Amino acid sequence: MRTGAGLRQEAETLAGPLPPLLAAAEHLAASVLTGEHGRRRTGQGDQFWQYRPSHAGDEARMIDWRRSARADDALFVREKEWQAAQSVALWLDAGQSMEFSSAKDIATKADTARRLALALSVLLVRGGERVGLTNAGLPPRTGQVQLLRLTDALASPAEADEYEAPELRGIPARSRAVFFSDFMGDLAPVERALTRAADRGISGALCQVLDPQEEAFPFDGRTIFQSIGGTMVHETLKAGDLRGRYLERLAARKDALSRLARNTGWQYLCYHTDRPASGALLWLYGALERVH
Amino acid sequence: MWTIGPLGFAVPWLLLGLLALPILWLILRAVPPAPIRRRFPGVALLLGLKDDEQQTDKTPWWLLLLRMLAVGAAIIGFAGPVLNPVTSEDGTGPLLIVMDGTWADAPDWSRRIARVDEALTDAQATGRETAIVVLTDLPAEGGLPLRAADAWSAALPGLQPAPWLPDSDALAAWAASLDEEVETFWLSDGLSWDGREALRDRLADLGEITVFQSARPVMALRPARWEDGQIVLEAVRSRADGPDSVTVAAHGLDPAGTPRDLATATLGFAPSETVATASIALQPELRNRITRFEIQGLRSAGAVSLADDGLRRREIAILSPRDEREGLQLLSPTHYLEQALIPNTDIIDGSIDDIVLANPDVIIMADIAQLGGTEPEAIEGWVRNGGLLLRFAGPRLAASDVGRSGDEPLMPVRLRIGGRNVGGAMSWGEPKTLRAFGPDSPFFGLTVPEDVTVSAQVMAEPDPTLAERTIATLADGTPLVTRKRLDEGQVVLFHVTANAEWSSLPLSGLFVSMLERLAVSSRPSDPSAADLAGTSWTLDQAITAFGRVEEAGTMPGVPGERLAEGGPGRDLPPGLYAGEDRRLALNVATADTAISEAVWPDGTRIEGLATVSETPLKGIVLSAALAFLLADVLAALWLSGRLSGPRAGQAAAVLLALVLAATQPGAALAQSEEMTDTELERALRAASEVTLAYVVTGNDRVDQVSEAGLRGLSRVLFRRTSIEPIEPTAVNLEFDELSVFPFLYWPVTPDQPRPSLDAYANLNRYLRTGGMILFDTRDADTARFGGTSPNGRKLQELALPLDIPPLEPVPSDHVLTRTFYLLQDFPGRHISRDVWVEASPADAERAEGMPFRNLNDNVTPVVIGGNDWASAWAVDDSGVPIFPVGRGFAGERQREIAYRFGVNLVMHVLTGNYKSDQVHVPALLDRLGQ
Repeated sequence: MRTGAGLRQEAETLAGPLPPLLAAAEHLAASVLTGEHGRRRTGQGDQFWQYRPSHAGDEARMIDWRRSARADDALFVREKEWQAAQSVALWLDAGQSMEFSSAKDIATKADTARRLALALSVLLVRGGERVGLTNAGLPPRTGQVQLLRLTDALASPAEADEYEAPELRGIPARSRAVFFSDFMGDLAPVERALTRAADRGISGALCQVLDPQEEAFPFDGRTIFQSIGGTMVHETLKAGDLRGRYLERLAARKDALSRLARNTGWQYLCYHTDRPASGALLWLYGALERVH
Repeated sequence: MWTIGPLGFAVPWLLLGLLALPILWLILRAVPPAPIRRRFPGVALLLGLKDDEQQTDKTPWWLLLLRMLAVGAAIIGFAGPVLNPVTSEDGTGPLLIVMDGTWADAPDWSRRIARVDEALTDAQATGRETAIVVLTDLPAEGGLPLRAADAWSAALPGLQPAPWLPDSDALAAWAASLDEEVETFWLSDGLSWDGREALRDRLADLGEITVFQSARPVMALRPARWEDGQIVLEAVRSRADGPDSVTVAAHGLDPAGTPRDLATATLGFAPSETVATASIALQPELRNRITRFEIQGLRSAGAVSLADDGLRRREIAILSPRDEREGLQLLSPTHYLEQALIPNTDIIDGSIDDIVLANPDVIIMADIAQLGGTEPEAIEGWVRNGGLLLRFAGPRLAASDVGRSGDEPLMPVRLRIGGRNVGGAMSWGEPKTLRAFGPDSPFFGLTVPEDVTVSAQVMAEPDPTLAERTIATLADGTPLVTRKRLDEGQVVLFHVTANAEWSSLPLSGLFVSMLERLAVSSRPSDPSAADLAGTSWTLDQAITAFGRVEEAGTMPGVPGERLAEGGPGRDLPPGLYAGEDRRLALNVATADTAISEAVWPDGTRIEGLATVSETPLKGIVLSAALAFLLADVLAALWLSGRLSGPRAGQAAAVLLALVLAATQPGAALAQSEEMTDTELERALRAASEVTLAYVVTGNDRVDQVSEAGLRGLSRVLFRRTSIEPIEPTAVNLEFDELSVFPFLYWPVTPDQPRPSLDAYANLNRYLRTGGMILFDTRDADTARFGGTSPNGRKLQELALPLDIPPLEPVPSDHVLTRTFYLLQDFPGRHISRDVWVEASPADAERAEGMPFRNLNDNVTPVVIGGNDWASAWAVDDSGVPIFPVGRGFAGERQREIAYRFGVNLVMHVLTGNYKSDQVHVPALLDRLGQ
C-alpha cells in the first residue's frame, strides 16, 4: 500500500515542471488576447451576434418579435455568433538539434517552441477550440484538463534522433496543425508530411525556430563543427570562408519551406529565439483564425 | 661586464641562447594552430562544403617572427644590458673635496651634491680617505677632516650653502694649517673673491687640483634705487654670455594680505655687457607694499634684494587750521613742513575721516587745537594702531584749553596757560638756543647749530612724567619736543610753530634731520656709520642662500657700526634688520657690487658638473619581450578565429577594460575639465539670453514634461512679446549657478531628493536677489491646496528651509493679473483657483477712484499652485501640444489662458511692478471698460 507521503512526493515531482511552463505560457497568451472570444461570424453559439432583416426562407420561429415590434415595417432575425470549436494539432520537433542555445540568456530552441506551443494552446482552449499534441499522441480535446495534459507531455522529454520528421498521427481530417521545428534535417519527410496533410484537408502553419547564431554564422578560423547529438562532424580550416555559402544554403532552405507551405495551403514563419515571443504568438494565432 | 659600443652586458654568456633561435623557428613552423570544436545544429547545411583556398596549416611567417622577437628580447633582457656602463676612475692617496658653499652655489647645489656623491662613490670603491670642506663653514680645528668616504655620504645631505662669501682671513689661517699631500676636487662657484687665489696656490702645492664649475654665469641683483620717481633695478652677471635678459619681480602683500608679484620688469643684457638696467614706475600704494625684488627662476641669495624703508615713500597727511586771512605763503603754518617733506614723501590731504581711512604713516597737525565730533576717537584709534601724530604749537593751541585740565590722549603733556615769549620786543632775556640731545633722545647724535633760536613756545605743566616724555629741551631745560607712546603709536608735540614765527628751527637743516629721526621722512641713501653709531639692530627677516626670505627667529643684536660697514658674513647674515623706528635691508649684492669670474691657471683640469649615470636596460627589454608575447597571444587568437567568433564581444570587453584601466586617471581628468567647460558654456549662454529653467526632480518623465512645457512657453513668449528666450535648460540645484536664470519652474514629486544645505543657501540668495520660483504640485485635480496630498507634503518639506515671505491667494488686483494679459484665472492642465503669492502688506489701501491697491513694490519670490502648468504648455519639437487639456474648444481655450498666465508670470519676473505703477491706470481702465 502506498503511503500518503510517498504519493504526495510523486505528485509534487510530477507537478514540479508544470506551473512555470504553464504560467509562462499563460502570461504570453495574456499579452495577445484577453477574455472569451467568438469567431466573429454568424453561426451556432450562445452569444448574440447581430439582428438582420429577415428575407425569404427564414422560418417564422427565427423572427425576433421584440426587435421587430419596435421597427415600423421590417422583420428582424436574431443571429448568434459562430462558436463552433475547431481542432488544432501541434507538433514539436523533439530532435536533439532543438536543444541548442548560443548564449546563456537565450532559451534553447526546444524551450522556445514549447513555450510558444503551450501559449498558443492556452489561447485556443480559451477560445473554445480543441488542441492536441501529435508527438505524445494526444488527440485534440478542449478544456483546462487538456491544457494540463499538454503541459505534462511537453515537459517530459523523450529519446529522439538528431533530426525528427513531422508526425501526422492522430490529426483529424480538415483540421488545423502547427509544426514547430528548426527544419535543419532532411526536407523530404517534411515535404511528404505536408503533402499528405494537404490531401487530408489539413491546413496550418510551419514555425521554423532558429537560434541567432544559426542565422549569423559568426565563426572564423580552423574549426570542427559537431551536431548536437555528435553524429555529424564537419571540419574546416577557415570557417569564415564558409559563411557566405552557409547563408546561401540556409536562405535556399527557408525559401523551399516557404514555397512548400504555399503550395500546400500552409503558412510559414521563421522565428528567432532572441526575439519577443508575443509577436510570433500573435502571428500564429492570426494564422489559425484566418478563414479558408 | 662586456661592452659593445655604449651597451654593456652583465651576463654576456646568456647571449649564446640566441643561437638556439633558428631551431625554435623550425619547431614553431611545424606546429599549426589547434582547431576549435564547436557544437552547431546547422552542421547539416555545411556537409559537403569544401574550403575555397588551401589554407596553410602552418604558422604564418609574421607570427613566427613575432615569437622570435619575443624570445630574443627575453634572452637579451636576462643577459642584463646596460646603457653607458660606468667604469670607475682610480686615484691614490687622500682626496680633498672643496666646496665654496656661497650663495652663487645655491642654484645648482643639488647637482653639486650629486657630483660630490659620485666622487665619494669612486673614493669608496678605491678605499681612499676623503675630506669635504665647505669654505663658508671651515672646520674649526683646522687641517683636513679625513674620514672614510661612506662616513661622508651620510653627512652629505646636511651640507648647505651660506648666503655670504668665504672670510679671507679664516681661509688664510686654514690654508696655513694644511700640510698633507692631497689631491683636490674643487667645486667652484665660478666667482672670484678675496683669498681664493691664495688658497688655490696652497692646494696646488699639496697636489693635483681638478675644478668642477658650472657653465652658467652667476647673476646678482643690486638693491633697487629711487631715481626720478621710478624704481631702478640693476642686475649684474659674471660673464658676458648666457641669457639675454632676466625678469625681475617685485614681491609684496596685496591688499588682501596675500603674497604675490606686484610688478615685473625685464632686464636686457646688451651683448658683452655685464650690467642690465630697467626701471619700474609704480603707484605709491603698490610701491609701499613691495617687500623684495628677485630675479625670477634663480634660486640664490644674490638674486634677491630686500626693500627697506629707503624705498618706501611715506604717506603724510598735513592738517592745518583753516586760513581765515589771505596770508603770505611764507607765513603759512605748513609751508616749511611741506618744503621739508615733499622731496621724500607723498603728501595727502582731505578731511580727517578720509585721511584716517587712507591710513597714512604720519598725520601732522599744525596749530590745531580742537577736533570736532568723532574725529578725536578716529585719530586716537589710528595712533594706537601704530600711527605717528605730529603736532605743532601755535597761537591757537596756546589760546585754547586743550590739555589744561587733564591728560589728553592726543597731547603728550599738559600745557600751561599762555605759553611764554622770550627775547621779543616786549620781554626780558634773549631768544633761547637748544641744548645738546641726551642719549635717550631719538635725536641723539645730531649736532645742534648755534643759530637755531626759540623766541616763543607753549609751556608744559610740570608733571612726574614730563622728564621721560621730553626728547628735546631748550638751553634752560624747558621742554621743546615732547613725546608720548600710545600703544603702538606715538604722539609728538613740537612746542613751537611749524613756521618761522616762533623759532628759527624750521629754517635749519636740523629740522629736517629731526623729522627724519622721528621717521617722519626717510632719506633714500645708505646710512653712514656715523648715522648708525650707537644704535642696535636685530635681524628680522633673513635671506637663505637659496634666496628664500624667512623669519629670522631670535638672533643677537648687531651694532649699527657693523651694519654700516656692510659685507655680510657669519656675524652679519643678510636680511632685513629692524632698529628702533626703521628697518634696514642688508642684501648680498650692494649698489657697487661687480661680480667677476674665477680665473684658474693654465693646465688646471676644469670639468662641468654633469654626472654620467648608467642606465640598466634589463627592465625595458624584458617589458618589450612581454609585449611581444602579448601581441603573439592576440595574433594567435585572431588567427584561430577566437577573436572574431561568438565570444568576440566578451574578449573586446576585457580588452577595453584593460585599456581603460591603464588610461583611467587621464580620462577622468579630461572628463572633469570638459564638464566645467560645458557648465561654463551653459552659464554663459543663459546669461547672454533670457533662459527659462526648471529644477531637475530626478523623475525622467516629469523632467521631460517640464522641459517641453518651458519650450512651449518660450515659443509663445517669443512669438507674442519682446521677451525672446532661448531653449529652456535644466537646473541642478546642487551644482548650477542660479543667478543667470530669472525664473525657475519647480515641479514637486513625492520622491525627489531634498537639496543640500549649500543648495538651500544658493536658493535663498537667489530668492532674495529677485529670482522667482514657480512651485507646481501638479495635483490640483485631486487635492486642494494645503491639503495632505503626497506632493503637498513634499512641497512643505522642500520649502521649509526657504526664505519665503507670508503668502496669500492671488488677490484680484495683483499685478500678475495685468502684466501682459488681463487675467483672473491661472489654469494649467487643471483649473484650480488656489494660486498663492507673496502677501500684500496689511496697510495696502485702495485709493479713491483707483481700481487697484498700491501694492508691494517687488516681485513675489514664489508662486505656488498645483495646476500642472508645464503639461498645459508642453509642446514637442514641431510645436504640437503633447497633452490634451480639457475637452474640445473649451480645452483649447484653457490652454490659451494657461499660456497667458505663463506670459504674465515671466513678464512679472522681468518687469517687476512696472504694471502696478499708477501711470498705467487710465489705459488699463480703458481696456477694462470701466
